[in-house]
Amino acid sequence: MEIPYTISTRPDTGLWNAKIGIWLFLASEVMLFGGLFSAYVFLRLDAQPGEWPHGLLNVPVGTMNTAILIMSSVTVVLAWAALKMRRYRAYWWYMLATILCGIIFLFVKLYYEWPQKFNHFGAFIKPEAREKYEPYLGNHRQEEKGLEPRIEITGHLENREALHDANIKEYEIAVDPVFADPNNPANDRPHFLYVPPTDKVVKVDKEDVERIDSFGPWHSAYFASYFTITGLHGAHVLGGVLVFLYMWLPVSKKIYQRNPEHLANRVEVSGLFWHFVDLVWIFVFPLFYLL
Amino acid sequence: MNNPPDVTQDPKEYEEYAHGVHMHVKRYIMVGVTLLAFTLITVALSYVNFGTRKANIGVAMLVATFKAGLVAAIFMHLAAEKRLIYRVLVFTGFFVLGLFWLTFLAWYNPVVR
Repeated sequence: MEIPYTISTRPDTGLWNAKIGIWLFLASEVMLFGGLFSAYVFLRLDAQPGEWPHGLLNVPVGTMNTAILIMSSVTVVLAWAALKMRRYRAYWWYMLATILCGIIFLFVKLYYEWPQKFNHFGAFIKPEAREKYEPYLGNHRQEEKGLEPRIEITGHLENREALHDANIKEYEIAVDPVFADPNNPANDRPHFLYVPPTDKVVKVDKEDVERIDSFGPWHSAYFASYFTITGLHGAHVLGGVLVFLYMWLPVSKKIYQRNPEHLANRVEVSGLFWHFVDLVWIFVFPLFYLL
Repeated sequence: MNNPPDVTQDPKEYEEYAHGVHMHVKRYIMVGVTLLAFTLITVALSYVNFGTRKANIGVAMLVATFKAGLVAAIFMHLAAEKRLIYRVLVFTGFFVLGLFWLTFLAWYNPVVR
């Protein structure tokens, strides 16, 4: 028996099966990401002054990835329109462009942005020892200006062995620009372009350090929510790419030859999923990269 | 705002239909360009000091909501969709707002404060 309404629409609802199916799925996705975003709001509202980092992510790279995702949203809708106009060749190219955009997005995330974070360290200074590190933290000026205090010194950890070796009494950190020149007004707000750690090495006594962590999910509530949300989002991008790949391969041309509307419908529902993934990123980008 | 209608089998009507889809293609590209432009605007606005961090977050969320609205209305065809889908989304909106409200309650914690 053939399943009804896979291609043609049901007279009472005006919808075919997959269309209502994908929207129900997207409704559940809204709840999934909604839960995580509300956790983000909760963690952020509860963060003490100085605890929510600002400007630790690479803004130009994030902007580029946002643009790539938007372009892929355009190409997937053009792929669908091409199928509707029965131009398989054009569809094939648009779909290829979409898949490539998805792969580039993931590549940038997994091979550039994330690994960089795991090699960057932050040493949280004990409150009673912060005065000692005033030349690097510049908290007097921060207080004067009404800015949030700096509670950690970040940069490249030169002596990584200090993490495990109890005989080494201090961490040597090649500090980020802000700690090399903490009273410079240019450092009041994050820079647009990423500036790598300076060659100024600051020695931080282990006994002055509350804890030292790389910029992984264990670093702070900020990075925990960043990795959870961008990780789940990345998994969605990967899922979308795999589905598109299936629709781009010759196996789907057979469906097209049997009934072009069938493939058009499939592309439409997977496109809806893709647009949703884009829509989530539209919020992720400013919340984590810019604010 | 209407979506391209379902494909007709009549070749004469199909000509007209294909032209209709073609008009939509232009709109999709326009929306894409608008979204790219607003991405740059979001980045630029984040370097403008609106007084407090909260004000900056508010402005950025306003722009993001506008962008998300464009994606939903045009790319996801919500500007002209069937009634059943709107019904599903009304429930979704209700429950997701409830979720955020619970978070707010937890943060505000009326029992302790």
